Amino acid sequence: MRIKAFAVRNLKELLRDPLTLFFGVGFPMVLLLLMNLIQRSIPVHIFALETLAPGIALFGLTFLALFSGLLLARDRTSAFLARLTASPMTAADFLLGYLLPLLPLAVGQSALCLGGAVALGLPPSWNLLAVTASLIPSALLFIALGLLCGVLFSDRQVGGMCGAILTNVTAWLAGIWFDLSLISGPFRTVAYLLPFVHGADGAKAALAGDWAALPGHLLWVSLWAAGLMGLALWLFRRRLVER
Amino acid sequence: MNAIEILGLTKQYGRRRVVDELRLTVPAGELFALLGVNGAGKSTTIKMLCCLTVPTQGDAKLMGHSVRTQPHAAKELLAVSPQETAVAPGLTVAENLDLMAAIYGRPRARTKEVMDQLDLGRWARQRAKTLSGGWQRRLSIAMALVSQPEVLFLDEPTLGLDVLARRELWGVIRGLKGSTAIVLTTHYLEEAEALADRIGILNAGRLRAVGTAQELKALAGRETFEDAFVALAGEEAAS
Repeated sequence: MRIKAFAVRNLKELLRDPLTLFFGVGFPMVLLLLMNLIQRSIPVHIFALETLAPGIALFGLTFLALFSGLLLARDRTSAFLARLTASPMTAADFLLGYLLPLLPLAVGQSALCLGGAVALGLPPSWNLLAVTASLIPSALLFIALGLLCGVLFSDRQVGGMCGAILTNVTAWLAGIWFDLSLISGPFRTVAYLLPFVHGADGAKAALAGDWAALPGHLLWVSLWAAGLMGLALWLFRRRLVER
Repeated sequence: MNAIEILGLTKQYGRRRVVDELRLTVPAGELFALLGVNGAGKSTTIKMLCCLTVPTQGDAKLMGHSVRTQPHAAKELLAVSPQETAVAPGLTVAENLDLMAAIYGRPRARTKEVMDQLDLGRWARQRAKTLSGGWQRRLSIAMALVSQPEVLFLDEPTLGLDVLARRELWGVIRGLKGSTAIVLTTHYLEEAEALADRIGILNAGRLRAVGTAQELKALAGRETFEDAFVALAGEEAAS
């Protein structure tokens, strides 16, 4: 009951913020349209919808980190979280309350982005549903990253960390704009140790129906998501009550 | 029955004792005002009693439940209106109250009751962030009342309000006396004098004096409560 009430509150706060709607829904669509227009104007096949659409769907999820981080940081730096901490709510109630409303937002965002890609010429197939499902571990990963930042930093700092740094890191290290297999050396090694490229590659594999490649990518992203969520919960517990 | 029993409550940051061996009881239904200059330890005391800060030593019991060993049971019975206005800005007045009712497992009908009690009905559908400071403060207090707490902490509830809004809130707080034990912190001495059954004066983390306003004036040998406060709160600082 407490989790549901708090999750509904968080969903309302998110949906009533026009910036959330723009970055959550509109921005990935703008990027998709822009890249598609560029592709039509150049002779080389760089931004094929088959690779671009899953990549941008993943990129759109980075904004979940911004939303979850800002929501938690704002509550933490205002007295609202103190009020709730003095209530019977537990640390797990809080984190689930922040997490749950973002999941349907993530699924809706991915579905809209892929729907936009179909409108631009991506052949419709049942695999698009698999792409949406394959992005759920990535959504959890970005929500966990946002919560971690929200526990540690102020809302202004979260804006910088999740709004600027994380979106750029994801864009470069997920192989959204270029194929990472073309690069060798430490950049590639680091990129494949981090979860972002696995999130994008998993979504691309799902779209291509490459089911053998999918579990490895999903497992890597899920392990990162679970680790970061555990860390966020541990830090949140420690910070909830001053010692 | 005692709503609050404070048993040698101490908070220390490094070598600095912010609250030092506090001992006090507040009977059920009493309005107790905790006064002190800035840094006296009022807010830290409230935070320890609300289970927001772990005491370094000592304990406190809220309706018999220890804040150290039974914080969850204690939290079911307490509510706090923090010093800063603590509302969900994007929710309406009614939604803010519904949220608190749901968290404490109270029926939604409590929202209507509390809105009537604090005259918030006309703003029910207005988002909290669009309310004036005075109405936000009133909503913040209403959110503490939804759960029908046995123990209510009001940390400087009228800070920043104009005289009229403050007097209106006094009426609301007076209406709660008798049914709920209230601990009120304030810098407005006339507020404590007008509302409190008993007053405690904290200085440098220690409880300097406790009594009714009349008793404190007699203790300090002063005509006015302000002079008594200055004498009692200043004495410790000077020593």
